[in-house]
Amino acid sequence: MENMKDLADHRLEVSLGPLRLKNPVIPASGCFGYGYVMARFYDLDVLGAISFKGTTLHPRFGNPLPRVAECASGMLNSVGLQNPGIDAVISRELPMMRSFFHGPIIANISGFSLDEYRECCRRIDGVPGVKIIELNVSCPNVHGGGMSFGTSCESVAEVVKAVKAETSLPVFVKLSPNVTDIVSIARAAEDAGADGLCLINTLLGMRIDLKTRRPIMANKMGGFSGRDIFPVAVRMVWQVAHACSIPVIGCGGVSSAEDVLEMMMAGANAVEVGTANLINPTACRDIICDLPAAMDRYGIKTLEELVSTAREG
Amino acid sequence: MIQDRYKILENHEIAPGIMMMRLEGEVEFYRPGQFVNIAVPGFTLRRPISVCDWDDRSFTIVYAVVGGGTERMSLMLPGESLDMLAPLGTGFDPDADTKRPVLLGGGVGCPPLYGLARRLLERGVRPAVVLGFNSSEKMMLLEEFRALGLDVYVATLDGSCGTKGFVTDAIREKGLDPDYFYACGPTPMLRAVCLGLDIPGEVSLEARMGCGFGACVCCSVETVGGSKRICMEGPAFRKEELIWK
Repeated sequence: MENMKDLADHRLEVSLGPLRLKNPVIPASGCFGYGYVMARFYDLDVLGAISFKGTTLHPRFGNPLPRVAECASGMLNSVGLQNPGIDAVISRELPMMRSFFHGPIIANISGFSLDEYRECCRRIDGVPGVKIIELNVSCPNVHGGGMSFGTSCESVAEVVKAVKAETSLPVFVKLSPNVTDIVSIARAAEDAGADGLCLINTLLGMRIDLKTRRPIMANKMGGFSGRDIFPVAVRMVWQVAHACSIPVIGCGGVSSAEDVLEMMMAGANAVEVGTANLINPTACRDIICDLPAAMDRYGIKTLEELVSTAREG
Repeated sequence: MIQDRYKILENHEIAPGIMMMRLEGEVEFYRPGQFVNIAVPGFTLRRPISVCDWDDRSFTIVYAVVGGGTERMSLMLPGESLDMLAPLGTGFDPDADTKRPVLLGGGVGCPPLYGLARRLLERGVRPAVVLGFNSSEKMMLLEEFRALGLDVYVATLDGSCGTKGFVTDAIREKGLDPDYFYACGPTPMLRAVCLGLDIPGEVSLEARMGCGFGACVCCSVETVGGSKRICMEGPAFRKEELIWK
């Protein structure tokens, strides 16, 4: 039985750049806090890795309420990067996270200027457990007329170069889908030295309250996530995985083991699960448990093999 | 806190558009004002509803039919079951330092005060109850509170029952002299209570929530002690913690 279990475990192992993950399932940033809030539900050590809540240099309260709205099979949020700031994350949140989770931590870093990205990455470098930096480039560049960093090849390249000079950690860029050509942005990140890509971040959306005739969220617009966006994510992962050679984390609407397989068939080396955690707090654990049976159904021996054939094909 | 399916024992209207649902199951609510987060078939996000009362075998929620999700719930029959996360949040403190508390309910904010009244009575504290509604046809739970042996005062905005005006008007008109308040209701009412009553107290806040268990921080409020999540550190907050802009 022990051998059977070992075999089963190895079937789920994947490589993500220099990292070896026990399975490809990673809770996505913003849907899992700093991990410990979810430790009430299950043993977090079943997870492949955890991407923590988007963190900035300074504490941020975020946007006014309401900052969530429901959609047919998804949701909008305009949380606005609420976080306690990088220093509090390092001194308070990560030690608590590491008392429940002993696997690789992905540090999701946001910035409103190149200096902020640089400084955050400098401070997170060397923090125990942090194995990858995931750059959120969806925030507006306050020195660039408010345009999001992630919407032009030049500014994405600038952020990557700035950060790579500060850290020896692998740098993954979390791409915004709110662009006309995701492939050119992905290539710009790769050419600038990014070690990997993660996509997609949320799609910009809005809901209006029929009774008040006003946007439901105080911030009016927000990020659209959940099952509804899965086909968009699969399409973009496919396009990017076939155009770039660096590892890709697929993200966007993943809610089941079958979704994980589909995302990996599109070319993802690992998969982030976001909104599903908010609806079903044990979503990631359930997906991991369901993966071996789902693989059996589709004749997949190992995930490693699935990834390599997907990216070659 | 656990995720489980709970069987519906009763689900009936107690006022126009206001439903009471009793569910079978043992949930270890440890404070009145805690809530459950309900997965409604066909809807993405869970619906957070505060617990009205509970015993060893069942618990009761009271909810307003305000949209598609609660409408779907209102059509469910005894014997059907609902997936819920429970108990969630930090409710009212029934052990607060008070001898003459007043419970202030506004509309669909009244139900959690019933469970609170029972816990206060258990420790020998007899609260006064002041309930506010838009009009008399929207009134609820008056008989339930009276059955506990409590004095119940009513305020209606249109004057169709009790004091014409707000719960704060009823306190003045009836000459109540509470030393503490517990309030649950619409935000303008909570604001008026916190700014208008010169006694300590606590209020239960409401917000659209993403998860209900602290992960998404969609329901944060700024407090004097920094950012707090209504679903975790709340929904009940002490008056002095809150910042009213």
